[in-house]
Amino acid sequence: MRMRQDHITSAKALSRGDIEAVLDRAAEFAGDPTAHADRRPGALLGLAFFEPSTRTRMSFAAAIKRLGGDIVDMGPVEASSVSKGESLADTVRVIEGYADAVVLRHPSEGAATMASEFVDVPLINAGDGAGQHPTQTLLDLYTIRAAAGLDGLTLGIVGDLKYGRTVHSLAHALTNFEVEQHFISPETLALPESVRYDLDAAGAAVEEHTSLEPVLGELDALYVTRIQQERFPDESEYRAVAGEYRIDAETLAGIDELPVLHPLPRIDEIQYFKQAHNGVPVRMALLDLLLEGDR
Amino acid sequence: MTADDPELRVSKIESGTVIDHIPGGLALTVLGVLGIDGEGDATVSVGMNVPSDRLGRKDILKVEGHELSQSELDVLSLIAPEATVNIIRGYEVAEKFRVERPTEVVGVLACPNPNCITNAGEPAEARFTVLDAGVRCTYCETILREDITDHVQV
Ligand SMILES: [Zn+2]
Repeated sequence: MRMRQDHITSAKALSRGDIEAVLDRAAEFAGDPTAHADRRPGALLGLAFFEPSTRTRMSFAAAIKRLGGDIVDMGPVEASSVSKGESLADTVRVIEGYADAVVLRHPSEGAATMASEFVDVPLINAGDGAGQHPTQTLLDLYTIRAAAGLDGLTLGIVGDLKYGRTVHSLAHALTNFEVEQHFISPETLALPESVRYDLDAAGAAVEEHTSLEPVLGELDALYVTRIQQERFPDESEYRAVAGEYRIDAETLAGIDELPVLHPLPRIDEIQYFKQAHNGVPVRMALLDLLLEGDR
Repeated sequence: MTADDPELRVSKIESGTVIDHIPGGLALTVLGVLGIDGEGDATVSVGMNVPSDRLGRKDILKVEGHELSQSELDVLSLIAPEATVNIIRGYEVAEKFRVERPTEVVGVLACPNPNCITNAGEPAEARFTVLDAGVRCTYCETILREDITDHVQV
């Protein structure tokens, strides 16, 4: 099937059909990622990373190469014409001239949506400031589906829900499935109004809590986001909050085989850890679908 | 029209715009967002806290020689959704209509999120989807509610 979306700027724009198409194809590719070099021979993926993100960049590069294609890379911002004041709009138009699809990472919120208005090739958002990161969301969905299924799932999401963009994207995407979402955070790091607005508008089953313990027994899976020190005015406050929301063997005592998912990079709040390494097959699947057919 | 029609309390104008049914106390805000500050040569009459069946107290504005543009009407609809607009030509009401809430406003409001791409010098006009209460940036999705007038850039 073809993706409904030509650009992947926000997980919100992905339909259930889009998501399932990516996850199903990712599952095919995951069996042997090296066996698909005949899928997109000669395809060129433009990488426009306006801030460093080694993991995401490598994952996209590996994915297009596994499909038989290659990358054209803008390189670090300091060395490119961007530092001479070229606009993002101009930059992506230039990269479009060399590439069949563009991956954009940018520090400003809304950058991918804006950039997508200036190009005809598919543009994939690989993170825009505190905004969206839809390929991370697809990876999360893939991991959650493999560990606990999606329809009928009761999922706990704990940690920094205010600034954690992976949470915002994931919460949107989960409204496509029969999922009960429990959000657990300190009040100061609760879901932003705009995310809550969308979840309510989508009629999602959502509950918010400040403590994990009362809901832990109801959960089929737990998704943990990192609480970052820079969100707090001083270190002692950070330590107090981070400690309270730490997930460790003690927290999970008496809970049978609860899949705990944690997006990298991680720090100390989790000890039990089970994360699938499916970033490459998921990105292969997305690229394969976006590059399918005449465009 | 009867003798105590509130509209008669401010003088008739030859041509321009009469904005009626502005919520009481917001006339000066409306003038502000329309960029009418008395510097130009337009004659402006303001009626404030006029009794109104519909609003309790309302404000009325008459601006000589100026017909509101669509983007000005869009801003007006956001801060005074009950307003009625009368376009006057030759002392007659040439057009009369209620403001309509647009589904989207473009280039009218600046995004309050300093990290939004629309505040980064890119060739993209700030664009907002109009919600039941407030507006939302199409790019960064920030929602703006009460303080819309602080972000007008007409
Ligand atoms: Zn914005």
